[in-house]
Amino acid sequence: MAKWFIRTTRAAVAIVAAVGMLLIPTIAAAEYGFDFQRPVTEIAHDLLWLHHLIFIICVIIFVGVFGVMFYSLAAHRKSRGHKAATFHESTRLEVVWTIIPFFILVGMAYPSTTTLLKMDDVTNSDLTVKITGHQWKWQYEYLDQDVSFFSVLATPQAQIHNEAKKDPHYLLEVDKPLVLPVGKKVRFLVTGADVIHAWWVPQLGLKKDAIPGFINEIWARIDEPGTYRGQCAELCGKDHGYMPIVVQAVSDEEFKTWIGEQKKLKVAAAAAAERSWSKEELIEHGKEIYNKTCVACHQANGKGVPGVFPAIAGSKIATGPVDGHLNIVMNGKPGTAMQAFAGQLNDVDLAAVVSYERNAFGNNTGDVVQPSQVKALRK
Amino acid sequence: MATAATAHHEEHPYGITRWLYTTNHKDIGTLYLWFSFAMAIVGGTMALVIRAELWQPGLQIVEPGFFNQMTALHGLIMVFGLVMPAFVGLANWQIPMMIGAPDMALPRMNNWSFWILPPAGTLLLLSLFAPGGAPQAGWTLYPPLTIQMGMGMDFVILSVHMLGISSVLGSINIIATILNMRAPGLTLMKMPLFVWTWLVTAFLLLAAIPVLAGAVTMLLTDRHFGTHFFNAAGGGDPVMFQHVFWFFGHPEVYILVLPAFGVFSQIIPTFSRKPLFGYESMVYATMSIAFLSFVVWAHHMYTVGMPTAGELFFMYTTMMIAVPTGVKVFNWVATMWRGSLSFETPMLYAIAGVFLFTIGGLSGLMLSITPADFQYHDTYFVVAHFHYVIFAGSVLAIIGAVYYWMPKWTGHMYNETLGKWHFWLTMIGFNLTFFPQHFLGLAGMPRRIPDYALQFTEFNQWSTVGAFILALAQLLFLYIVIQTIRGGEKASGRVWEGAEGLEWTVPSPAPYHTFATPPKIR
Ligand SMILES: [Cu+2]
Ligand SMILES: [Cu+2]
Repeated sequence: MAKWFIRTTRAAVAIVAAVGMLLIPTIAAAEYGFDFQRPVTEIAHDLLWLHHLIFIICVIIFVGVFGVMFYSLAAHRKSRGHKAATFHESTRLEVVWTIIPFFILVGMAYPSTTTLLKMDDVTNSDLTVKITGHQWKWQYEYLDQDVSFFSVLATPQAQIHNEAKKDPHYLLEVDKPLVLPVGKKVRFLVTGADVIHAWWVPQLGLKKDAIPGFINEIWARIDEPGTYRGQCAELCGKDHGYMPIVVQAVSDEEFKTWIGEQKKLKVAAAAAAERSWSKEELIEHGKEIYNKTCVACHQANGKGVPGVFPAIAGSKIATGPVDGHLNIVMNGKPGTAMQAFAGQLNDVDLAAVVSYERNAFGNNTGDVVQPSQVKALRK
Repeated sequence: MATAATAHHEEHPYGITRWLYTTNHKDIGTLYLWFSFAMAIVGGTMALVIRAELWQPGLQIVEPGFFNQMTALHGLIMVFGLVMPAFVGLANWQIPMMIGAPDMALPRMNNWSFWILPPAGTLLLLSLFAPGGAPQAGWTLYPPLTIQMGMGMDFVILSVHMLGISSVLGSINIIATILNMRAPGLTLMKMPLFVWTWLVTAFLLLAAIPVLAGAVTMLLTDRHFGTHFFNAAGGGDPVMFQHVFWFFGHPEVYILVLPAFGVFSQIIPTFSRKPLFGYESMVYATMSIAFLSFVVWAHHMYTVGMPTAGELFFMYTTMMIAVPTGVKVFNWVATMWRGSLSFETPMLYAIAGVFLFTIGGLSGLMLSITPADFQYHDTYFVVAHFHYVIFAGSVLAIIGAVYYWMPKWTGHMYNETLGKWHFWLTMIGFNLTFFPQHFLGLAGMPRRIPDYALQFTEFNQWSTVGAFILALAQLLFLYIVIQTIRGGEKASGRVWEGAEGLEWTVPSPAPYHTFATPPKIR
């Protein structure tokens, strides 16, 4: 018996050593994250502290209990001739180890409760941003400043499919980050448009579900300027892993300048919608929009995913009447993953993407849709 | 004693009809256990697909949609196909023998509750071939995402109903058997702990499964009949599904884990050669865990935005569960204390099960802390946590129980050397797979993603290597089991030197019918 034990233990040690040797080079080469990312808000600091507190308590309990067990495993072996005792209860001991854990729990509950109360206090905010989760992008609306935009993954498909070298911030890069001022109490209103998402930025200590039909409130006061990255945390379908969050924290002056720029961009976009666009311009811009907005479902070759997402190549809609095509792109198709893009894209974008779809993937209809046509349909 | 009386009962039908028509608790137990092993292979293969894709950043072998189908089916299969049927199989084999009953109380229903399973499992797998494939919504099936899914979702709903019916019938049978068929003199407070934990589990099943059935039925009517239970635009509430689901889901965790506690409580005293410490407190701890499990469900959904008072309530109740769970762990350690310990394979599995399950229990305590959970929720920390609970608690207990009782079932001792190899390979594979996932989660890796940021690469590679070791080790287990069925050293009736209980009073292999006349209990 004991011989088997020693022999197998030896074998097990040998295996662990062998696996360890294999892994040592990777360990040496890698930067490991073992713990929370560096906190940059008061709440995130509190959470890190709380996490460490409960972790240490758990480790102490664990080491204590299993220290006793391993002592017993070593000392009370039959192979060492240890005779079994016969005791099988001790009311005193059992009461003690029911009551002591209870008091440890009370000790843990107190700081947890105070932190939670602080997190849930969303009063006296300086700025409100509405966050809406869409499949698979985030929409940010600065409610007091009348600025709003969508933020989508900027990592190129080639990197995802291993055809190009991956950037350092692979999958954590967006086209337009959420810009926030430091030192201000920002209140976020979090909701979802289609399915449930969750907005999570670890360094801000914030995670909240974005639920259609509900608005959740959270807040953050960011201590220092910087770029903070996060991801959607609630499974939301095919591209759940591809809807990152990037927060750029800047000084209050820079924030005001940025808001001013956003307003100018809006005016410029409105002006662009007034003029007539050439076919080449539309198709070029449309391709850009398609690759950002449509490609996740309808695919780069326009063939979609059979049984899940319909093809655009040769489709009845993309080769039929222009109005029908515009209608489905602008208003979506209820009960399917096809969203209403009228609120997400401006007139130029919509005109361009429809023009592109009607001329790409062998659809060669030759049709050109002008921004003014889209504008007319909006009324 | 029973041998002579039952010798003429030994003959049973042969071939396929023996298994199709059987009402014998031992045959049905065997069927359950093999079914569960088959499902483990399928669900394990899906886990390997997941781990292989996560070997490095980027998309290599599967597309995100298929990846999501794998995570959803892996979860459903392991919970409903592996762990639950395996424990019902152990209950079928052992409970009648442990309480001195000739068979289960309702043998024909017993046959039916098993034979619902294979079609239900098949339906679950067929969803992969439905247009659009299996649902991509995780085993938790949250709407509105599940409303978007294709026909595969309806397959899964129907399958969940069938699996649920099987479980409910099985638990009715177990309750009826335990309450009515105990040998005279075997009072409730004399029952072996495995029987006790199963009695409590069966009541949990009766209470929880219908709730799940209700939840998935509401999904079905939302999908096809224009109801809006979970559609906010129609006046419904998507969060309500989560409340209903987790009202089932948290008790489900204990359905998976209480019978494991029972197994540990059988194995540890045997190889400590010392009676279980604190039998009564074990029974009461089991009951309080079962009771508490119905008032903690919302700890799975702290991030949905509940009122502060609600979050505090669920945090406090969840933390409370640590008390009775702690009592159990302390009792097991006290049972080993000053025993006369030996380390045959079942004992190794029981010790490792207690040790590793406690890691999962303590990370569960961390998760119960609402504010901290905002960082842990939906990350790999949670994945690590529940694998330490369900794999280390339930699956290690199941494997340990098979080693422990297999000599009784087959009449042969398994190969101890191979058993220990299996144990150590499983340990290395399991811990290498899941321990690094704690760090991944803390560092910010969300769960259920097919592709990840570069800083998570190394730990994911550890995890993938571990998963393949873990999977291969289970093929060794299959080999050991087949070898033991075919032959090997003859097992005595008692099998283990320290074994106590009625099942050890019958010969090995246990005759086809045992305890036709009830045994005498002192
Ligand atoms: Cu999302
Ligand atoms: Cu739970």
